[in-house]
Amino acid sequence: MKQPLEDHVATLPAVEEKPASPSAPRRMTLNMGPQHPSTHGVLRIIIELEGETIVKAEPDIGFLHTGIEKQAEFTNWAQTVTLTDRVDYLSNLANNLVYALTVEKLLQLEIPPKAQWMRVMLAEIDRLNSHLVWLGTHALDIGAMSMFFYCFREREEVLRLKEMFSGQRMMTSYIRPGGLALEPPRGWDQAVGKFIRQFPGRVDEYENLLDNNPIWKIRTQGVGFISIEDMLDLGVTGPMLRGAGIPLDVRKTEPYSSYEKFDFIVPTRTENDVYARYRVRLEEMRQSARIIMQAIEGMPSGAWQADAPHVVLPDREKMKTQMEALIYHFKIVTEGYRVPPGEVFQAVESPRGEIAYYAVSDGTSKPYRLHMRTPSFGNLQALPTLLEGSLIADSIASLGSMDFVLGDTDR
Amino acid sequence: MSDFNHSAILETKEALGETTLVADAAQIVDLCRYLKHEHKFNRLCSVTAVDWHPAEPRFEVVYHLHAVDPAPSTAIPKVRRLRVKVRVSGADPEIDSVTGVWRSANWYERETFDMFGVRFRNHPHLIRLLMPLDWEGHPLRKDFPTHGYKYSYKAEEAK
Repeated sequence: MKQPLEDHVATLPAVEEKPASPSAPRRMTLNMGPQHPSTHGVLRIIIELEGETIVKAEPDIGFLHTGIEKQAEFTNWAQTVTLTDRVDYLSNLANNLVYALTVEKLLQLEIPPKAQWMRVMLAEIDRLNSHLVWLGTHALDIGAMSMFFYCFREREEVLRLKEMFSGQRMMTSYIRPGGLALEPPRGWDQAVGKFIRQFPGRVDEYENLLDNNPIWKIRTQGVGFISIEDMLDLGVTGPMLRGAGIPLDVRKTEPYSSYEKFDFIVPTRTENDVYARYRVRLEEMRQSARIIMQAIEGMPSGAWQADAPHVVLPDREKMKTQMEALIYHFKIVTEGYRVPPGEVFQAVESPRGEIAYYAVSDGTSKPYRLHMRTPSFGNLQALPTLLEGSLIADSIASLGSMDFVLGDTDR
Repeated sequence: MSDFNHSAILETKEALGETTLVADAAQIVDLCRYLKHEHKFNRLCSVTAVDWHPAEPRFEVVYHLHAVDPAPSTAIPKVRRLRVKVRVSGADPEIDSVTGVWRSANWYERETFDMFGVRFRNHPHLIRLLMPLDWEGHPLRKDFPTHGYKYSYKAEEAK
């Protein structure tokens, strides 16, 4: 259990007082990162300690800043998809999806049901990928090493599925404005179905491994509390907020890509600690598996790309036989497509929370401005509030429970 | 907020299902406080800017607001979104900080300062966030070259 600050300080051995400040307790400044393994990337935190208690924590970000928002202004609307992959390497399809929805909203493009359902299914496969990596590495940080092997066993299968669809394991660029990049491969439904049928059993396995482990419970229960008011004020979203009992999920509150047609629940807990966030994510994996199963069973037939020859690349066969398709292909590849002037703010639920793109178009073939409101950036801002007052040994558990990706933070 | 002055809202727009308020830069804090307390916009999603160089006023500072029911429950909360825009001149881009209204504005305003050079008055800690502290220029300005001022491929080749 978390000890109150005063109680803990009272138990500390007395330190030799410095003559300069006889009343102030001795403080120590500790630099954590940017290469610390538990920060999962390049996050630097400057921690001020009083004994073992953190009294001040100051995150320092920007080590992974690659200027994606600037680059987007120099690539055309179609090329920018590949940049969105690189924002968050664990949930690239969520980024593809939010970008595609943003552009389609500006173009006022109607997407056929099959593409929408495919997108839902792929976004959920991506959520499994992200949560599996999170669970494996978070448990590894806390000391449960074997979880890492179990989670990465399943993650490998998820990556194989992504490769089957797009030819790429991580940077898939599979969801594009106007639909999907390629036609879904033959036998995708058997491959996904085979994986997803055994997946809930695997989640039970993780649950057994961790919930019957007293060390895991001691390390996570009652650790990492942050009040709901603080979280809303500081812009925290996603499983952190749901672990405190607020069922805020963009998939339910503002359904996109026909999420309203799927039957799933938004898991919440009220404990508001590291353990609650773990339970929420575990339950989310089960719900994702449900959604994927529903998507396979009820997949609509029809086109997987919008009927918009000025936006989507023509079929290869048509390009060889039809003059018009060849012209469209030439125009899209050389100049790109023009997007009507306007501005759009589109949010989706990524595995980490609310991801939203704000796109401004001036009517040309390149984005005038593309702002990415990423969940890791919003969540990381709450880090000082989360860490201050807790023990240094608990900081790793608290950090891990936020599930941030530094590429997502710095963009 | 009885002292709130409706002259703060210069323009309202409704496009593609999204509402935009264009506000007076001098009254942005009052307006935000009014929207937070009277209209329950308890979350600030993001703050960013758009550079309309060489037009004047050059910058648009854009706030995205989100209203969420803060009570824990099992029912899905009803949410609303709102965009507030403020036009700022390019000669001396400065605007009041809204960190006193929502604490989440802190990093977003720092990022906007870093990328666009828009200064936020009364911000508690207005230093660069993503770029190195000694960086010259503001990268997301339209007159900033993609490769920066200091380094270029041409200079490398000339060596």
